[in-house]
Amino acid sequence: MSKNSIKEKNIIGFTINGQAVEAEEGWTVLETARYNGFHIPTLCYHEAIEPSGACRLCVVEVREGDWSKVVISCMYPVKEGIEILTDSPRVHNVRRWVLEMLLAECPASKEIQALAAEYGVSSSRFASVDKENQCMLCGLCVRVCNEIVGVNAISFASRGTSKEIATPYKVPSTACVACGSCVTVCPTGAMQARLDQVRGDISQRTGHGHAH
Amino acid sequence: MTQQSTAEKLDQSRLNSTQDLLSLTESIRGRRDEKRPVIIVCHGTGCLANGSPNVAEALRQAIKEAGIAAKVVPQIKTTGCHGFCSRGPLVIMQPAGIFYQRVQPDDAQEIIQATLVEGRPVERLLYEDTKTGERIIHDYEIPFYKHQQRIVLKNIGKIDPTDIYDTIGAGGYLALAKVLSRMSPADVVSAIETSGLRGRGGAGFPTGRKWASAVAASKKRPGPVYVVVNGDEGDPGAFMDRTVMEGDPHAVLEGLIIGAYAVGSNQGFMYVRAEYPLAIKHLNIAIEQARELGLLGKNILGSGFDFDVEIARGAGAFVCGESTALFTSIEGRAGEPRPKYIRSVEEGLWGRPTVLNNVETWANVPLIIERGADWYKNIGVPHSTGTKVFSLVGKIANVGLVEVPMGIPLNRLIEEIGGGTPGAGRFKAVQTGGPSGGCLPYELGDVPVDFDSLTKAGSMMGSGGMIVMDEHDCVVDVARYFLRFLEEESCGKCLPCRLGLKAMLEFLNRFARGEGSLEDLAELENLAKAVQDGSLCALGGSAPNPVLTTIRYFRDEYEAHIKEKRCPAGVCKDLISYIIDPEKCTGCGACARSCPQGCITGEKKKPHNLDPAQCIRCGMCLDSCKFSAVVVR
Ligand SMILES: Cc1cc2nc3c(=O)[nH]c(=O)nc-3n(C[C@H](O)[C@H](O)[C@H](O)COP(=O)(O)O)c2cc1C
Ligand code: SF4
Ligand code: FES
Ligand code: FES
Repeated sequence: MSKNSIKEKNIIGFTINGQAVEAEEGWTVLETARYNGFHIPTLCYHEAIEPSGACRLCVVEVREGDWSKVVISCMYPVKEGIEILTDSPRVHNVRRWVLEMLLAECPASKEIQALAAEYGVSSSRFASVDKENQCMLCGLCVRVCNEIVGVNAISFASRGTSKEIATPYKVPSTACVACGSCVTVCPTGAMQARLDQVRGDISQRTGHGHAH
Repeated sequence: MTQQSTAEKLDQSRLNSTQDLLSLTESIRGRRDEKRPVIIVCHGTGCLANGSPNVAEALRQAIKEAGIAAKVVPQIKTTGCHGFCSRGPLVIMQPAGIFYQRVQPDDAQEIIQATLVEGRPVERLLYEDTKTGERIIHDYEIPFYKHQQRIVLKNIGKIDPTDIYDTIGAGGYLALAKVLSRMSPADVVSAIETSGLRGRGGAGFPTGRKWASAVAASKKRPGPVYVVVNGDEGDPGAFMDRTVMEGDPHAVLEGLIIGAYAVGSNQGFMYVRAEYPLAIKHLNIAIEQARELGLLGKNILGSGFDFDVEIARGAGAFVCGESTALFTSIEGRAGEPRPKYIRSVEEGLWGRPTVLNNVETWANVPLIIERGADWYKNIGVPHSTGTKVFSLVGKIANVGLVEVPMGIPLNRLIEEIGGGTPGAGRFKAVQTGGPSGGCLPYELGDVPVDFDSLTKAGSMMGSGGMIVMDEHDCVVDVARYFLRFLEEESCGKCLPCRLGLKAMLEFLNRFARGEGSLEDLAELENLAKAVQDGSLCALGGSAPNPVLTTIRYFRDEYEAHIKEKRCPAGVCKDLISYIIDPEKCTGCGACARSCPQGCITGEKKKPHNLDPAQCIRCGMCLDSCKFSAVVVR
């Protein structure tokens, strides 16, 4: 979303944590918050990629009259007169649980540990299945590869608790151009360790696809 | 099936006007011989599984042998489910309405001889009242049916769903004729709004308002509008939508055509779960027959209105019933929910305005049009009008499908219609709204079953599944059971659901082992609220309901697990022990033979001993003892 477009846009006014803010029609709450210097944590969001709403770390509470609801700021469209709370008790409750569960899910991720510590979560009561895991399946790598690079080398496989990110048939992908975009967008450091599984052995490449 | 008559009547050429349809209805009704015996054999999924086709065949044979053909040939008619599946296969003798239950092929001769030749009922096949033991002859006198108000289900069990003429004879498509000849699209939307109809698929959204929004959205962005039937019905134990699609497919189709006319749609989809082959078959037949008669396709009944429909097979996942996942699935991608801060009436299928309604919602539409919004509005209670179909399962005498006016007290539904829990006890709790509904205790038995009262009690209407529990069900175990189902069905896209359901289970598993603290119980409630607030779609959003309601209504039972390491219902394996009551034990040795651990010993005819150290609490001895000498502590 371009924030300095020359074309006249409708200006929408609302409040964040009690402070009046203005946004252009079509902006999200997250965009407006960041533009105005409010901090909201995110994991699965990247400004160059379509949002997917997977991690739910960016939740905020929205109030409109006597109606209130927890929504994700990375996709919630701005609306005249709403009140946004970025750190209400309900918001805090969602965040602290997501982070505690993530600590158990991705015990090897330094990034997750740092983020959790920011919210006062230093250990987890839940079981870790894989001590080496860093991936939380936010899908940014899949989306960047698909939307921006346009080669679809990786995708989600399976669903539910056995969901994972993989190349087709779990062999190095001939489609991968080894651009490293996935590594750049990955918020947990997981893709760094995985890139070799995706692109295979570069020295074997011929320029006409590569031998498995 | 009434195949001969169908073939003969399918010569009927295309209906070119609403008048043509009215004439056809008249002629079908005029040709009917009211006195001709009709033997109805239920061919719903439950009765089919119990061998009803063999019963129908045996009846045909018996009629031939009895030589009644000389007088009037009795017609054998196969219908959809009558709702009383626990008593199937069902046979009903019309026009008298004599109701025979659990009929086997061997009974056919006697049925024909006694009922048709001698004019007396076969006593032993009649329904026996569970309380008085009295035999009841007619279906309409059986308490299970007597207290129901069947309007959506009115044709089911009476018509042959594969014969469009049978449907038309019963008044099918008259509402469509009324709409096309006398109502504008706006009239239809306003009738549905006035009726107060709310969606039967879960959330109870006002149907008329949804249609009106779709009309408004399509005015803003001209282009195609879609209407969609949600027939995904993924709740375990629920089969109301299946029954409607199988037993009266034209009712759903007629509702959809009317809705399409109202919102200006020319293309519809029926999303039906692949595990419902009979429903898919019957809908396909219905669609074909309706097309042939000009009730579907181009220029419907000569009105100039075009509409056609396609069946899409469900991908099999529970979450595919969620609106946005259902759309992605129809579009040919993996059925995963999308955040919807823009409603699907504005951006649904292929980003176009779309009206998605549940099977039962659609089936209500022709009724409202035909009999009027005011008639409809007076059924039920002010904010929940009309009836609702429920499936009663679990610890209940009359497992089956019932239709009652909204607002009926919960205990009337369970005790009077459902016949209460089998055995002496009363019900302990009812899970309403399917796996992600809430668990309500006996003490809330007078709660009116309507959208808002159930929500207020922490549960929901959901799609209408009711699972009844008795004192042998442990609420901690029940909460684990539903959570495990939902965890399996989670699509895994968003963190609060994918990780949160697993995390809630970890807490519950600890309680079931007698571990954990009261602080953990409070934390579990906080986690449940985080999952409710944080999840992307309503699967995660409602999954904590069973946990939250069991804690709310049965806190003492949770505390017994945590503080006393005791499972009051005797279910949680780590907290119970089996012992043999020496007073009652006759020394028959049955338990010792059944025990896979070999931990029961004793001399013949002397009280036996059970070694608790080796016992794995499998319960085999309990089941094998004929003298109730094995007790759970
Ligand atoms: C996980 C999940 C599963 C659902 N399954 C169904 C279903 O099987 N059938 C259905 O009609 N609605 C189902 N729904 C509700 C639909 O999303 C939608 O609200 C409904 O089809 C709208 O129709 P109605 O207004 O007529 O109820 C489900 C919702 C969720 C969150
Ligand atoms: S709540 Fe559950 S089912 Fe719904 S999107 Fe999230 S993970 Fe998928
Ligand atoms: S950043 Fe908004 S859901 Fe992940
Ligand atoms: S299938 Fe026959 S009564 Fe349900």
